[in-house]
Order: sequence, then C-alpha cells, then structure tokens
Amino acid sequence: MPKELLDKKDIDRILARMAHEILEKNKGTKELCLVGIQSGGVHLAKRLAGKIKEIEGKDIPVGSLDIAFYRDDLNIREKQPAVRRTEVPCEITDMKVVLVDDVLFTGRSIRAAMDALMDMGRPSCIQLAVLIDRGHRELPVKADFAGKNIPTAIDENVEVSLEENGLEDKVTIK
Amino acid sequence: MKLLSKDLLGIKELTKDEIILILDTASGFKDVLKRDIKKVPALRGKTAVNLFFEPSTRTRTSFELAEKRLSLDVLNLSVTTSSVVKGESLIDTALNVQALGADFMVIRHSSSGAPHLIAKHINATVINGGDGINEHPTQALLDAFTIKEKIGRIEGLKIAIVGDILHSRVAKSNIYLLAKFGAEVRLIGPPTLVPKELEELGVRIFHDMDSGLDGVNVVMVLRIQMERQGKGFFPSTLEYSKNWGLTSERFRRADKDAIVMHPGPMNRGVEVASDVADGPRSVILEQVTNGLAVRMAVMYLLAGVRE
Repeated sequence: MPKELLDKKDIDRILARMAHEILEKNKGTKELCLVGIQSGGVHLAKRLAGKIKEIEGKDIPVGSLDIAFYRDDLNIREKQPAVRRTEVPCEITDMKVVLVDDVLFTGRSIRAAMDALMDMGRPSCIQLAVLIDRGHRELPVKADFAGKNIPTAIDENVEVSLEENGLEDKVTIK
Repeated sequence: MKLLSKDLLGIKELTKDEIILILDTASGFKDVLKRDIKKVPALRGKTAVNLFFEPSTRTRTSFELAEKRLSLDVLNLSVTTSSVVKGESLIDTALNVQALGADFMVIRHSSSGAPHLIAKHINATVINGGDGINEHPTQALLDAFTIKEKIGRIEGLKIAIVGDILHSRVAKSNIYLLAKFGAEVRLIGPPTLVPKELEELGVRIFHDMDSGLDGVNVVMVLRIQMERQGKGFFPSTLEYSKNWGLTSERFRRADKDAIVMHPGPMNRGVEVASDVADGPRSVILEQVTNGLAVRMAVMYLLAGVRE
C-alpha cells in the first residue's frame, strides 16, 4: 500500500525554501543556471526557476539533460533507456550549474549527469539540488540542497508525481 | 518500447513503432552532434566491423563516424584487401570477424540477402548497409528523419521518387517505410526502370515527370547509375535528363514548400540540375548530417536487444 509522504503544499513549500537556499549560497543569480535531469528533474528545475524569479525578479537559464548515453548499466539493462532531449540554452563554461533531480538514491545518475555536463563545457562549479534524498549511496555523491531526507529500505520505491505529467503533485513510498 | 530483433536487415522487417523509436532516439543524438564534444561513452568497449564487399564512401564513412561517436572500436574491411579475393566464403569471413570479437557487423554486399544470410550464422548484431537491389534501411530511416524534421510529419504527404527504381535499394526501403506511415508514394521514371509490376507495392506510377510532380511535398531524386547506360534501359543520359531530370522549372509543379532530397552521389545536370540541388528547398546535405544521428540511434538501440 503506497504511503503519501508529501502533498502539493509540502512540495511547494520545500521548493520555495530550496530556491532561497540556492540564492543564498550563490549570492544571487549571477552566472547561475539550472539543469534538470530528464525527466522528473526538468519540471522541478523549471519550478525552482519560477520561485527564483518571484524572489529576485530575474530569469535564469533552465536546461534539460538526458543521461542515457552516460549510464553505467547499459550492458546489464533489459533494454536501452529511452532517449529524451538535451537542451541547455546557454554556454555552461564558467557558469554555476545547479543539477536538479527528483530523487537522490545510489548517486549513479548524478555521476552520469556530471560526465554529460563536462562534455558540454567547463562549469565553474556544479551543485546538486534534489527534492528527495532517500539514502543508499553507492558513490561519493552528496546533495548541496535537499528538499527532504527520507530514510528508506533498499527495496522500497519512492515516487515523485508531478502535475506537469498530468498527475497530482505528491511523493509516495511503497 | 524496444527493438524486437538483434539485427537491422530491412525496413520490411520493422514495425511502425520500432521506426518511430529509432527516429525519436535519433533526435537525442542530433543534440549530441551539435556540441563541441560530439562523442558519448554509450557503447564503450564494444567493437564494430564495417564489412564492405562493394565500394562505398559515404555510407561507410557515415557508419564509421557514427561508431566512433558512440565510443565503439572500429575496424574497416573492404573486399579488395580481404581474404575474399583468396576465395573465402561469405559465412567464413563473417565467422572470422566474429571470432575477432565484433559486436556489430555493418554489411554492404552486391547480392540481395547477403546480410540476412550472415545474420543467421552469427551472434553479433548485423546491420544492412545496402544489399544488392533489395534494401538500404538506414538510408530510408535518415530520409524519414529528415522529412519529419523539415515538414513535421510523414502521414498524408505526397512523395515522389524519381529515377531508376528497379535497381534502387534506397527506393525499396523508402517505399516500405513510407507505406507504413501512410504517405502517398509516386514513382517517376522511364517504363524500363519503373515497370508496372511495382504497383503491387501500393504506389502510383508516372512515366511523365510533370504530372507526377504535381503538388508533391517531397521529391527524392535517385542517382542514375552510369553503368546502366548502354544496356537498353534508357537511350542516353542526355535524353534521360531531358525527360526525367529535375530542373527548377519542373520543380515548380511541386508544392511551394516542397523539399528536394538525393541519397548521393549526385550526377549534377543529369538527374538533378545544380540550381535545384544547391537551392533553398534542397535538404541534401542535411540528409548527410542526419544520417549520422540515425545510425548512432540504430546501433545504440540494437545494443540493448538481448536474445
């Protein structure tokens, strides 16, 4: 039976807080850019950019990143992961890039995403923002901005559903 | 969604959904080709062998570059330098290449069905790079990708293929693909090269170029193979060009937003006039670029098929 961990209001409050934290750490929006990992991270990156605009009144570039070609499990998967668009609307060299994902789990997607970013340019730094940190890291990866830490068992499934995908905003665990 | 077979032998063997998957995946690879670093590690550690029993520059270089950009190790074997000239059989050649550790074999052969024969005998993934007068599937896929990119859809379009349809594997693959997508395909050319029997493929046949081009959205011009000259298929290149060459005047019969395609290599002034080939409606060089993205997509997806 899936258990609801966060609802629409919770997610909205968390994203507002994360937007403030991102601005605080980076001292504003200068050279700041958000890149969401396909597909869940892209919607969250857009929402964070919206919050940042509300706070600072400035638009910052938001990109999407597909990490399929950089995964380390292509040889062992049942089928190839679907390839979605990669569109980063600015040169990332010398930019502060905040990677955005919905759930941080083993850290392997983040490793792949960092490799993909490095092939696109040389950012001045890469930071990581995730809505949910569920633990069980297999690589030395840590979130700079975590919406909520949720202790989980390894066989549990954390699901972030979003309105952008035609669903109701919520986070569930089962 | 995934591909169903470990090999890409022809468009005939693919479902519409598989074709859509390949085209969607190719869009992702086209993004990669726009970057400074045009290489991804997706197939690192795997090996591709390009086995070309027939001369080819553009298809082989396109496959080779696609393979390199997927981080594959690449080996090129052409017939003039291989043991085939010493009498080795096709299957023995393929088995030896497999024993070297090839994961992919791209095969071009003058006999129709050669890749199909090889695929039956080896475990490596076989990709048909053009077999006889049968099929050239990656060409049809890159043509479809280009049409979708330029016009936004294939369904319901009127598409003319002009030239030597009888001997063209490019035309065959395109006819199969366009039929799966519900386009109206018109074949244009002399009766010797566009015989009536081809109507069985569900196409319309025109021997008069002007009426065939009327209102079409896409004109695919095929290369007139000079080696056919003097074999009775058409009197002379001059006469061919007079009747079936695509000039800017004739091209005006097509839809005002129509595009011109050619699989290359072109005989300028024979099957297509230079001002059309270099004109604003020509997508001939974009086809070449898209070929890379499509071949990368095919190999990436085939690597995920487990049998």
